[in-house]
Amino acid sequence: MFAIVEARPLARGIKLFVIKAPRIARKQRPGQFVIVRLAECGERIPLTIADADPKAGTVTIVVQAIGKTTMLLSMLEAGDSILDVVGPLGKPSEIEKFGTTVVVSGSVGTAMAYPTARELKRAGNKVISIVGARSKDLLVLEDEVRAVSDETYVVTDDGSYGQKGLVTDKLKELVDAGGVNYVLAIGPVPMMRAVANLTGPKQIKTIVSLNSIMVDGTGMCGGCRVLVNNTSQFACVDGPDFDATQVNFEVLTQRNNMYREQERASIERLQADPEAELKKLRESNRAHACALEPVEVSHD
Amino acid sequence: MTDKVPSNNPLPNKERIKLPRQRVPEQDAQVRAHNFCEVNLGFPAEQARQESLRCIECPKPGCVDKCPVSVNVRAVIDLILAGDYLGAASKVREDNALPAITGRVCPVEDQCESGCVLGKKGEPVGIAYLERFVADWERETGQFGSPVSAPATGKKVGLIGSGPASLACAGDLIQMGHQVHVFEALHELGGVLVYGIPEFRLPKDIVRHEIEVLRRRGVVFETNVVVGKTVTIDELMQEEGFDAIFVATGAGLPKFLKVPGEHFNGVYSANEFLTRVNLMRAYLFPQYDEPLYPCKDRDVIVVGGGNTAMDAVRSALRLGAKSASIYYRRTEKEMPARVEEVHHAKDEGVHFEMLVNPVEFFGDEKGNLTSVKCIRQELGEPDDSGRRSPVPIKGSEFVVPCSVAIIAAGTSANPLIQSTTPGLAVTKRGYISASDDTLATSKPGVFAGGDIVTGGATVILAMGAGRKAAKSIDNYLKGSDQRKEEIQEAVQI
Ligand SMILES: Cc1cc2nc3c(=O)[nH]c(=O)nc-3n(C[C@H](O)[C@H](O)[C@H](O)COP(=O)(O)OP(=O)(O)OC[C@H]3O[C@@H](n4cnc5c(N)ncnc54)[C@H](O)[C@@H]3O)c2cc1C
Ligand SMILES: Cc1cc2nc3c(=O)[nH]c(=O)nc-3n(C[C@H](O)[C@H](O)[C@H](O)COP(=O)(O)OP(=O)(O)OC[C@H]3O[C@@H](n4cnc5c(N)ncnc54)[C@H](O)[C@@H]3O)c2cc1C
Ligand code: SF4
Ligand code: SF4
Ligand code: FES
Repeated sequence: MFAIVEARPLARGIKLFVIKAPRIARKQRPGQFVIVRLAECGERIPLTIADADPKAGTVTIVVQAIGKTTMLLSMLEAGDSILDVVGPLGKPSEIEKFGTTVVVSGSVGTAMAYPTARELKRAGNKVISIVGARSKDLLVLEDEVRAVSDETYVVTDDGSYGQKGLVTDKLKELVDAGGVNYVLAIGPVPMMRAVANLTGPKQIKTIVSLNSIMVDGTGMCGGCRVLVNNTSQFACVDGPDFDATQVNFEVLTQRNNMYREQERASIERLQADPEAELKKLRESNRAHACALEPVEVSHD
Repeated sequence: MTDKVPSNNPLPNKERIKLPRQRVPEQDAQVRAHNFCEVNLGFPAEQARQESLRCIECPKPGCVDKCPVSVNVRAVIDLILAGDYLGAASKVREDNALPAITGRVCPVEDQCESGCVLGKKGEPVGIAYLERFVADWERETGQFGSPVSAPATGKKVGLIGSGPASLACAGDLIQMGHQVHVFEALHELGGVLVYGIPEFRLPKDIVRHEIEVLRRRGVVFETNVVVGKTVTIDELMQEEGFDAIFVATGAGLPKFLKVPGEHFNGVYSANEFLTRVNLMRAYLFPQYDEPLYPCKDRDVIVVGGGNTAMDAVRSALRLGAKSASIYYRRTEKEMPARVEEVHHAKDEGVHFEMLVNPVEFFGDEKGNLTSVKCIRQELGEPDDSGRRSPVPIKGSEFVVPCSVAIIAAGTSANPLIQSTTPGLAVTKRGYISASDDTLATSKPGVFAGGDIVTGGATVILAMGAGRKAAKSIDNYLKGSDQRKEEIQEAVQI
C-alpha cells in the first residue's frame, strides 16, 4: 500500500501526486517510470516519475485524466492510498554533454520531460525548452521548466498564452537557425512524429519517449512492443526512449487504439457514478491494509 | 513378498489388480467450455479409498523413483487406507511442500504414474488425484499439521520471485529458524501459478491459501519489488543485511516467431494473454478494469504445443471464441503438454492442426489482425533434443482467417538480475549457472534454482530445487568459512 502525501491540481484535468515509495525514490533516474494499480480490481498503468525526494522517501507523478484509471486516480486526495506502485522501470534517459539541446513537450508531457531537462542542464548542456499545450489552462510546470532552461518558449494552439501555433513551428525556427545538437520530444504521438520528420532529415539526434500500452513493465509480456528500425522492441525495458527517426509511429498509434471499445465502456461506467467507484476503491484498499497487518512470529 | 509389508489394505493383490481405475468427476465438457470454474472436481473420500485399494504396495515402488522429489507414495496411500488423511498429507509434505498444487498440475504421465507397476498391463494408480485429495481435505477441514520451527538463528535470507521454487524454499528455511523475506516483482504472489496457469486448472484460492500458511509461519512477503531495478542483490546483502539470497525468477521472457505482421492488434504472446486473463482477471471485465482484445465469436489460433498453449487455447474458448485451434509444428506425439490437458481440450472442442507453422500475419488498415499464412511441414531427421525436427514443405502455404493469434512458442531467461549482479555467472543461453549439488552460484552467498537455472520445466522440479537450495543455504549459514568456500568451489561454470 502506497500513501498519497500530497495531491494538487496543476491544470484542467491534470493533477500532481506525491507518493510515499522509499525504495523507488532512492533508485529512480530521470526518464524512468512507475506502474501503478489503484485497487484490487484495477489495471496497471505506467506513469513517469516527474520528481523524487530520496530523503523524504517520496516520488512525484503528474497525471492527465483521459480514461477510467487516470480519472479515478485524479479523484484521490492526500490521505488516500494506491494499492501497488512498482518501479523505477525503463532505462533512464541518456544524459551526456550534447551541446545545445531542445526539449519539446506537450501538455502532460512537460511533466515527463522536466526531470530529463533538469539533468541535461546539470550535465552542462544549453537547454532550450518548448512547452506546448492546446490552451493556457492545460499548461503545467511552466515555472519549474523555466528554472532549469536557458530559454523557454510557450506555445498554445489557440494563442491563449505565449505564442500561437504548434511546438514544431518554434522548433523549426530554432533548427533553421542552426546549432541544435540534440532534441528530446515527449507528448502526443502526432507531435512526436512531426518532430521526427522535422529533425530527422537534418541528422539532429532526436529522442522520443514512447507511450505504448503496458502490463508488467519488466519485459515479461511483450504487450508494449513497438516497431523500431523494423524490429520489435519492448518499450518497458528497451525504452521508453528511442531514436525518433527509427520509430514506426503508425504502428504505435494503431496499437494504442487496440482497446478503444473497452476503454470507452469503462469510462461510461465510471461516469455513471464516480462517487460509488471512489468509495469502492477506498473500501477495497482499506480491507487490503487490514489483511496485510504483520503477523506475530514465534520461534521455539 | 509384497504381502509381508504391513498394510491397511484388506485385499489380496490379485483382487487389487482387478479393480478399475477410478474416474475423477469432472465438469461436463460442454458446460465447462464456457466457464472458468475448475474442470477437475477431485475424488470424494470413498473414491479416494477405492483408488488407494488398487495399489499393490511394491517393495521397490517405481512411482517413488519417478517422482522428481521422491514422494513416499506407497506410505501416503497406506495412510489414506487407514483413514488418516491428515497423516497422509503430512507424509506428502515431507517431500512436497505444495501437494494441492502438484496434485493438480504434475505431468504424472512422465513422472510418478509412469513408474507405477500397474501401468505396465493396465492403468497406473491415480497418484496425483490422491495427493490432491489429501491436500484438499486438509485445507477444507481447516487443519494443517504445521511443523514447529527450529530456534531462531538470527540469519536473514532473501528469496527473489514467489513461484513454486521460492515458496518451497521459504517453507524449509523458516522451519530451520531463519528469517525469510520474499521479494516479488508483480502485485500478486505465486509466479506462474497465478499469472500463467488458469483458474479452471488451478484455482487462485488454493495458491493464496498456501501463501497464507507460509505467512502465518513467519515468512515476510514484499510485492512490487523488481530486484535489479527497485533494489539490487548487492544492496540487499550489503545494505539490508541479508546473509544469503535465493534467486528463483523463472523463465519469464516471451519468444515471438519473428515473422512479418506480429505487431498487428490481436497478436499476443501467451504470456501477455494469460497475464491479462489470469493475473489481471480480464475474464471478469467489466468488474475488473483489465481489457482484453475480444475473442468472443471470433476465430482464435494458438501457436505451440505445450501447457502454455493448452492453457491459452482453452481460455480463449471460455471467452466465447467461435473457433479455438492449436497450430503445432510437429505432431501430437511430440507435444510437450500434459496428456490430460490435451484430452480436456479436445473434449471441450479445441481444434488441432498439426505440422504447420505460421509464416506471416495480415491485418487491415486499422492494424487489426485478419488472417495468418501458414506452411505445412513434415518431420525430418532428429535434432539435438532427439526429436525429429519439422521441415517446411515447399508450396504448401495456406491462409486462414483469424482475429486473435496467441504465440506460445516458449520463453527465455529474463536478463534483469543477471545484468545487475556483478559476479553472477550465466550460461550461454542467459540462464544463471548454479552447481547441480548445492545450487550455489558463482557469487558467494547467492543461490539460484527453478526455471531461471533449468529453463522452462515443471512445478515439482522447481519446488525440488527450492528445497535443495534451502538445505545448502542452511549449510552455508551454519558453516564455517571453509565450508562456504567448499560450496563455492563446487560451482562449475
Ligand atoms: C512509459 C510511459 C509513461 C507515461 N507517463 C505518463 C505520465 O507521467 N502522466 C500521464 O498522465 N500519462 C502517462 N502515460 C500514459 C498513461 O499510462 C495512460 O494515459 C494511461 O494508461 C491511460 O489509462 P486510462 O485507463 O486512464 O485510459 P484508457 O481509456 O484506458 O486509455 C486511454 C489511452 O491510454 C493508453 N493506455 C491505456 N491503457 C494503458 C496501459 N496499461 N499502459 C499504457 N498506456 C495505456 C492507450 O493509448 C489508450 O488509448 C505514460 C505512458 C507510458 C507508456
Ligand atoms: C502457462 C503455463 C502452464 C504451465 N503448466 C504446468 C503444468 O501443468 N505442470 C507443471 O508442472 N508445470 C507447468 N508449467 C511450468 C511451471 O509453471 C514452471 O516450471 C514453474 O512455475 C517454475 O517455477 P519458478 O519458481 O522457477 O518460477 P516462476 O513460477 O516463473 O516464478 C518466478 C517469479 O519471479 C518473479 N520475478 C521475476 N523476475 C523478478 C525480479 N527481478 N524481481 C522480483 N521478482 C521477479 C516473477 O514475477 C514470478 O512471480 C507451466 C508454465 C506456464 C507458463
Ligand atoms: S509430486 Fe508430482 S510426481 Fe511426485 S508423486 Fe506428487 S504428483 Fe506425482
Ligand atoms: S508403483 Fe503403483 S502399485 Fe506400486 S507402490 Fe507405487 S502406486 Fe502402488
Ligand atoms: S509491459 Fe510487458 S513486456 Fe513491456
